[in-house]
Amino acid sequence: MSTSTTIADPHRHGHDPHQQHHFATMEQQADTTKIGMWLFLATEVLLFGGLFVGFGLMQSRYPQEFIEAHEHLQRPLGALNTIVLLISSWTMVMAVLSSKRADRKKTVMFLLLTILCACIFLGVKYFEYSHKFEEGLLPGHWYKAQVTDTVHTAAGTLSHGYATFFSFYFMMTGLHGIHILVGIILLAWITVRANRGEFSSAYFTPVDLIGLYWHLVDMIWIYLFPLYYLIK
Amino acid sequence: MTTHTENTHAHGGSESRTYFVTLVALLILTIITVAASYVDFGAGNIVIALFIATVKASLVALIFMHLNHEKPINAVIAVAGFLFLGIFLMFCFIDFDSRVNFQPVNVKPVVQAPATPAPAAAPEKK
Repeated sequence: MSTSTTIADPHRHGHDPHQQHHFATMEQQADTTKIGMWLFLATEVLLFGGLFVGFGLMQSRYPQEFIEAHEHLQRPLGALNTIVLLISSWTMVMAVLSSKRADRKKTVMFLLLTILCACIFLGVKYFEYSHKFEEGLLPGHWYKAQVTDTVHTAAGTLSHGYATFFSFYFMMTGLHGIHILVGIILLAWITVRANRGEFSSAYFTPVDLIGLYWHLVDMIWIYLFPLYYLIK
Repeated sequence: MTTHTENTHAHGGSESRTYFVTLVALLILTIITVAASYVDFGAGNIVIALFIATVKASLVALIFMHLNHEKPINAVIAVAGFLFLGIFLMFCFIDFDSRVNFQPVNVKPVVQAPATPAPAAAPEKK
């Protein structure tokens, strides 16, 4: 192969056009990107981990207040969102499988279903948030609900517990919601690429990695749901 | 050639069946955990809820995230993430439990009670 051919047509030299030149094979490239993705997911676990630890400590400090505050969350809506996210994880894994089989139609369909589930999730979340805003169940010093809760301090002031609960509630579900939003953008991007027929059994890394991200977001919700909606 | 194609299809079909069975298992576990939350097991409630959540998360990691047949390095990274989270959690709670009074003395109350006390709270103040 002459140099001029390479320059004129850089990817007609016997490898997949998606393969970067610093990788020996497509397989090595896929493995490497996957390790990178798992490292990123580990940092995500630690990002949310800090909030989970904080929540756990505050829960031990204000057990009574946290139980009363959690009664303000609507358990059926939380359960609905859990089911929606689990179904979206399934549509995502089916999209990965279809893209691996170069089934363009199915990949696009499953990706669109995943986006639909994500939008339903955010819609339910919007409904829940606006309900909290109306009741004044807000984080920190914005908390101004007309509480009928039983725990008062000696001076007739309310305990920090309720406001702390809602600080954590909005921080954690909010950060999770941002992850869902980012997920929707990423899913839309790969849906367009899948529709162009870019993915095949040799190259479906973007679908695969965004799938991993999406399952992690689902996993975080799997823990958020019992901790916020089901604690006793 | 034909046999090969059939094999591939059979394998592919089994994959999507596994995914579907996993989804059904996850949904059943969700129903169980919600149902269990309406029953009072005392301190057991949180244990049951977190145990079921961990089973669900493991199913997602092993099957949806392919950790069951992934290169071991990826599992090592994933486990390391949770291991360090566990260390973080453990030391924070050891610290918390070793304190006699966790409430700082210099913190002002964040929220003032409403000027007119809420009806339900009124009878309590004697």
